[in-house]
Amino acid sequence: MPVLEVRDLQKHFPVATGTLLRRKTGWVKAVESINFSIEAGETLGLIGESGCGKTTTAKLILLQERPTGGTIRFDGEDIGGLHGDGLMRYRRSVQVVFQDPFASLSPRMRVGDIIAEPLEIHTGMTRQQLQQRVAEVLELVGLSPDVAKLFPHEFSGGQRQRVAIARALATNTRLIILDEPVSALDVSIRAQIINQLEHLQDTLGVSYLFIGHDLATVAHISQRIAVMYLGHLVEIAESTELCAHPLHPYTQALLIAALPAHPDAKQERIAITGEIPSALAPPPGCRFHTRCPHAMPRCSVEAPVSKEVAPGHAVACHLF
Amino acid sequence: MAITTAGRGTEARAAGRWRGKLSAARELPLLPIFILVPFAFAALFAELIAPYDPTMPIPGAKFFMPPYWMEGGSPDALLGTDFQSRDILSRLIFGARVSLLVGIMGTVVAGSLGTALGILSGYLGGWVDQVIMRVTDAWLALPALVFAIFLATLLGPSMWNIVTILGLVYWTRYARVIRGEVLSLREREYVKLAEIAGASSLRVIMRHILPNVLNTTMVLASLTIGVVIIAEASLSFLGVGVPPPEPAWGLMLSEARSTLMAGKWWLTVFPGVCILLVVLATQLFGDWMRIRLDPQQRNL
Repeated sequence: MPVLEVRDLQKHFPVATGTLLRRKTGWVKAVESINFSIEAGETLGLIGESGCGKTTTAKLILLQERPTGGTIRFDGEDIGGLHGDGLMRYRRSVQVVFQDPFASLSPRMRVGDIIAEPLEIHTGMTRQQLQQRVAEVLELVGLSPDVAKLFPHEFSGGQRQRVAIARALATNTRLIILDEPVSALDVSIRAQIINQLEHLQDTLGVSYLFIGHDLATVAHISQRIAVMYLGHLVEIAESTELCAHPLHPYTQALLIAALPAHPDAKQERIAITGEIPSALAPPPGCRFHTRCPHAMPRCSVEAPVSKEVAPGHAVACHLF
Repeated sequence: MAITTAGRGTEARAAGRWRGKLSAARELPLLPIFILVPFAFAALFAELIAPYDPTMPIPGAKFFMPPYWMEGGSPDALLGTDFQSRDILSRLIFGARVSLLVGIMGTVVAGSLGTALGILSGYLGGWVDQVIMRVTDAWLALPALVFAIFLATLLGPSMWNIVTILGLVYWTRYARVIRGEVLSLREREYVKLAEIAGASSLRVIMRHILPNVLNTTMVLASLTIGVVIIAEASLSFLGVGVPPPEPAWGLMLSEARSTLMAGKWWLTVFPGVCILLVVLATQLFGDWMRIRLDPQQRNL
């Protein structure tokens, strides 16, 4: 059974205009019927441009927003119906690491207290047990236990992100949402953090939902990748399969935008032109057709449904 | 700085330390400190400093004795006596206690009430926010002093009633300002993280919201003290504040009002100057706090 299973997930935000009489004039369909699942010990990469609904998906999983439709199941249980003990158990099992390590750690708290916070909420640990657990997770993420006494501003960006990861791990977490965890870091630090995350997964068996916009990074850490465009999931496949045989034109464009392994390597340029359309007025039919080099008349009328073209490789495009 | 060469190191370092101390001293609000420290001292040790009992006439002294440097004055009553031949200086010293105590306690009551309501309003949002903010709006529409007089007549005159009343009158601006601050704080990522980790509202408020709004509360408080002291003096002047024979500056002004035209200036000028100085000092101090606690003005 997958750890997390997302079925037909939808999130629509109402849009109101007018200053005095605010009327609902439309909906932003941030997330439209997406499906995916994450197995235990697996990393699913979620990739897409800004505004495509990645972060909304994360918020829905973290219960920061309520879905308009569809279900999210954790261990087979619908999280929409959780309350009381069940909700606390879920809160304990699913944690998040945000993009900006300078904003996600309270400047007024010591690192030890920041990491201990979820433990204080969920366990009746004594002061000493807390300190011990904090030291354990600090060592897990490659920091010295002595740093528990320090304040966040005494750390570099990479170290802060390690602290954030340590906090996410503290409660024996089963699933960590990594919302662009390395986007704010120097390139030299990124690899270290990514390797650390992989190492932690190997030793602890934790699952990741890795959200990013940089295909190279996402492909490196993920076993499977889901590609999002304007609220739709356009392609999902094994990481190696997706990089070797990208089917959706948008995925192909993303791959080409990533740097090649060798600077002299010849590559075909598929220009995707223009901006991502407004989510307020998404194009009819396939949402990518306004920028797609292979667009056909049918694309602007009929929205493609996701088809499994190879085992574990599904794509939503009229070409297939 | 003096870390380059060892030879002139100690000297230069000593000089640097001096300069450091000087600039630290320059940063302190010297004027408010010079004014407030003597008043606070007088308020704390009034029994030891004051030459006479402030509520009892000086035995054998005349009514309306002028200050000692004027004709008819006596060194026995340095600042003269009032209509009951009580010592003005002693009354001023004990009055400082009333003024500062009411000023500080009234501010504490207003600050706690306003901060608590502001946090609840900003953090919980929804109908709680609506109710608290509409009550605040209504409260702000009431003229402060008239409202205070109404409450004072309702509760009856006593110093602690005045503290309660002034707290009830001046909490609104805390609620407004703190609510705004909380609205921005609750969107911070570390607050979101605490919520995602399952923290209760109470826990988020105590651990993340309250520590971050205390700065603002302190600045508002230091600016409110002066206003509260004036309000206390006004209420006492109007006869609904601290009841006689307790010495309060506002009450002294009130008692001297009828004799002001008769040239007995010392009865009004001394308490008036005391109110002026204390309020001025607290306002200057509040301004200094505001600048000190503002990260942008500190060049952080």
